[in-house]
Amino acid sequence: MTARERIAALLDPGSFHEYDLFVEHNCQDFGMGSKELHADGVITGTGTMSGQPVCIYAQDFTVAGGSLGIMHARKITKVMDHAINLGIPIIGINDSGGARIQEGVNSLAGYGEIFYRNTLASGVIPQISVILGPCAGGAVYSPALTDFVFVVDNISKMFITGPEVVKTVLGEEISMEDLGGARVQAEISGNAHFFAKSEQECFDQIKTLFSYLPANNRQKAVPVAVKKPKSSYKIENLVPKDSKIPFDVRDIVRSLVDDSEFLEVYELFAPNAVIGFGRINGETVGIICNQALVLAGVLDIDASDKIARFVRFCDAFSIPLLTLMDIPGYLPGSDQEHAGVIRHGAKVLYAYSEATVPKITVILRKAYGGGYIAMCSNHLRADFVFAWPTAEIAVMGPEGAANIIFRSEIQAAENPDEMRKIKVKEYTDKFANPYVAASQGFVDAVISPEETRAYIVHALEVTKNKSETRPTRKHGTPPF
Amino acid sequence: MSEQDKLTQIALESGTYDTHLSRKFMMRKPYEKQDPRLIKAVIPGVIESIATAVGRRVKQGDDLMIHEAMKMHNRIKAPLDARIKAVLVNVGEKVVKGQILIEME
Repeated sequence: MTARERIAALLDPGSFHEYDLFVEHNCQDFGMGSKELHADGVITGTGTMSGQPVCIYAQDFTVAGGSLGIMHARKITKVMDHAINLGIPIIGINDSGGARIQEGVNSLAGYGEIFYRNTLASGVIPQISVILGPCAGGAVYSPALTDFVFVVDNISKMFITGPEVVKTVLGEEISMEDLGGARVQAEISGNAHFFAKSEQECFDQIKTLFSYLPANNRQKAVPVAVKKPKSSYKIENLVPKDSKIPFDVRDIVRSLVDDSEFLEVYELFAPNAVIGFGRINGETVGIICNQALVLAGVLDIDASDKIARFVRFCDAFSIPLLTLMDIPGYLPGSDQEHAGVIRHGAKVLYAYSEATVPKITVILRKAYGGGYIAMCSNHLRADFVFAWPTAEIAVMGPEGAANIIFRSEIQAAENPDEMRKIKVKEYTDKFANPYVAASQGFVDAVISPEETRAYIVHALEVTKNKSETRPTRKHGTPPF
Repeated sequence: MSEQDKLTQIALESGTYDTHLSRKFMMRKPYEKQDPRLIKAVIPGVIESIATAVGRRVKQGDDLMIHEAMKMHNRIKAPLDARIKAVLVNVGEKVVKGQILIEME
């Protein structure tokens, strides 16, 4: 699709109004003086999406490869300024060969001005980047600063340095697709939040996402008529009692949200955590879960990044947080430790502690150790923590705990394996339940699975006017 | 992804769980202890010159060879006091990343 076709496909029919069509570049070097570049390679304007106003720009690869010169950048920053001033979301469609080299340092200035505005707009209006072509070098950093990045299979390519440089410098031969294709960005690097097989599917994803979001940080998303979850999701039958047997936590989500509609964000990246948007009683909720189906639902570096960023987005845009906890702990290994699971894991603690939106947590099964604290526990100021009777809230898993507490008894036993089993069972019976934590007030109520939605609905109702104050500061210093 | 589809086990501190593994998890590299006696090429390039020979005793910091890569002369120095056990490349030879250049003992 061309840039204008893309805008037309994304916005409401006939709603697009284009501005700055007659902007011209003023570069005289390298024979550029005689070159006329239509709209300077980027289409900008305003329109509506499902009736809601948005600002939009789309780079036009057919004009000088969509290359970014200073006037091209000024068109983008102008429409970004509009979006910030008008309090409406901005959508950027990226399809560009990169900096317009003939314009030299002016081209770099253009990128810098865009990055600065991305940062200003962060947490004020939703910013969406759609990668529909190459997006290389400095150009990648505008999408990286925005809230949600969309990629399309075989079309999107993102990297800082391309395959040629990688080959020259490191001797590694790698294709563009394997280095920075859509699937890599959505599954491995985590630069992209949404992966689609076609441009049309991508546009549908964007429209769905927008239906959950407010126009800016002073408003709420447009409420939708309340629909009960579909009866096919029977919550009481979904979770195995044995906490070592996996299940798909997305089914639990669908048994709780309106019409069982759940928009998963980062579906392919760090699938050991599941995050996304749903509605409860017609209003948007940000949902965060541990997914036992993948890597037993551990927290690792990628899952921590995924959760922390999402929590901060929801907090910035007044979207309540619903956390479904089933966490066995953190992922062990030299790769995790060396890549900084400590500082990345800290982001989750920071993001949840910092968030002042309503925070509701349901403990489904496992809640062990540091992972229990991190997943929006009472201690990070969850407003309400509910636990199912199957919840196991303990300082660590029964096996690990028994091995430490009863070490000497196990070692001294005639049959250490038999003794270990007895001690693990003893520990499990005594501590692997919700009642020890409930006796301390760390769990507000032990509820049956069937009651969960009703408890959440009520919790959201009573937290509507929640206000929390924090010590005066310029800003915190999160571990990123 | 169906639940029966390649369900496997993962061992964590809290026990062993039935689960799926992610593609990225399966791509991870196991830790290898670095042997300081093996000097490896950190980037691909060409051996410009060799300043040592088998059997020679060297002190930490002594020049061993010059490895040209990215138009830069990289001086490769002895990481410890040792005797040269083997020189595994020749002057003018192209080397790949990770290739062992010198073995010390």
